[in-house]
Amino acid sequence: MGTPQEPQYRKRIGYQAVLLGGFSTLATALLVAGNIATKDAIELRHKEDLLDSLAQVVPHERYDNDLLAHPLQIVDENGKPLSVYRGTVGSAVNALAYEISGQGYAGEIRLIMGLDAEGKILGVRVLSHAETPGLGDKIEVAKNDWILDFNGLSLGDPPEGEWAVKKDGGRFDQFSGATITPRGVVKAIKQGLAFFQIHRTELLNPPAETSETVAAKDQSL
Amino acid sequence: MSNDYRRIAKDGIWDNNIVFAQALALCPLLAVTGTASNGLGMGLATTAVMIASGMLISLFRGIITPQVRIPVFVLIIAVLVSLVDMSMNAWVHDLHKVLGLFIPLIVTNCAILGRAESFASRNRVLASIFDGLMMGLGFTLALVVLGAAREILGSGTLFANAALLLGNWASFLELELIPDYKGFLLIILPPGGFLVLGFLLAGKRLLDRALAERRATLATAETAASSH
Repeated sequence: MGTPQEPQYRKRIGYQAVLLGGFSTLATALLVAGNIATKDAIELRHKEDLLDSLAQVVPHERYDNDLLAHPLQIVDENGKPLSVYRGTVGSAVNALAYEISGQGYAGEIRLIMGLDAEGKILGVRVLSHAETPGLGDKIEVAKNDWILDFNGLSLGDPPEGEWAVKKDGGRFDQFSGATITPRGVVKAIKQGLAFFQIHRTELLNPPAETSETVAAKDQSL
Repeated sequence: MSNDYRRIAKDGIWDNNIVFAQALALCPLLAVTGTASNGLGMGLATTAVMIASGMLISLFRGIITPQVRIPVFVLIIAVLVSLVDMSMNAWVHDLHKVLGLFIPLIVTNCAILGRAESFASRNRVLASIFDGLMMGLGFTLALVVLGAAREILGSGTLFANAALLLGNWASFLELELIPDYKGFLLIILPPGGFLVLGFLLAGKRLLDRALAERRATLATAETAASSH
């Protein structure tokens, strides 16, 4: 590289252009090949992840269908599309799960929440967060069982005023050294329950009505 | 010949270690070394990229001109990192969930471009592959040592979640050194990474100095003996 005996043609601008173009083409080809080779496996892994987290918030005996088969698409109050996974026994909706999110100390906290047909919480789990390790990460079930306190609760139980951390006059514990994180989680769960209240009929509508028609109706509103 | 390779190995692992001697690649270093397992995973992924980039760049060194070498090197490294990212996501998904955020950071690891420029573009393919391997192992060593130190001090465990990285047989590596340890938050957070790294760098210098002194005394003793 760069020796004095370098052949003339390599100094031409055309050679440089072809060289750079050639490498770019090669790079693109490699990336396409890599994408094709891994696409299916990655999709499968993401599906497994989703099933794993769903299994944590919706007990297996509550449904006999494929949860991932026809998620209900609803646009929530903030205009964000949301997939609701519904577990049915026969044709009755027996359990629901959807993603909720709250604002933590260090950005968004994503959670998944499972509800029964009465709007009672079956389980809540954190999907992702960026909270401080050792303080805010106690919202993870692996670190602390704080998040299990929500099981069995619903919007009227405890009464609405108590849906807050103790520091704000509510009934849920905060962590020593971290109030913002549990506050964000409580708020997110409360909003998730409110979402159920607002969309109750739609959510519990037996899936005989296909998700497409419901989505269409939702948009015409 | 074998002397060359010994030189490359010694440079990569110790004398010219990316972290301990060149103090490069601090961004991925501090981000992932909360535990020894994460450090090991990141180190191995980086090693794979360094070997492959060393090989490719050395192979093409005859046709790449100095004028466009930097974009070509960057392109090659970026493609390799993307391929590593995709294959980890597909085949070691659990580890990817932990390290996924940091894999793209390998691209920003200036040490890889540095080796491409200063070694692979001037040496034969085999030597370049070996240099990539040794530099990568040196980097892995630094990550694991730093990760282990921070993990022991910060959470009282060692190689937690190693089974995610290496398979279930590795679960014997997972130790809980200090039971009921409350944790030392500072060490887990990035500032702790800087602190521990500082002590490690100082430690390496002390060790190097002690070794040099011993070598010097040995050498004088030898010359004294041979002059007899």
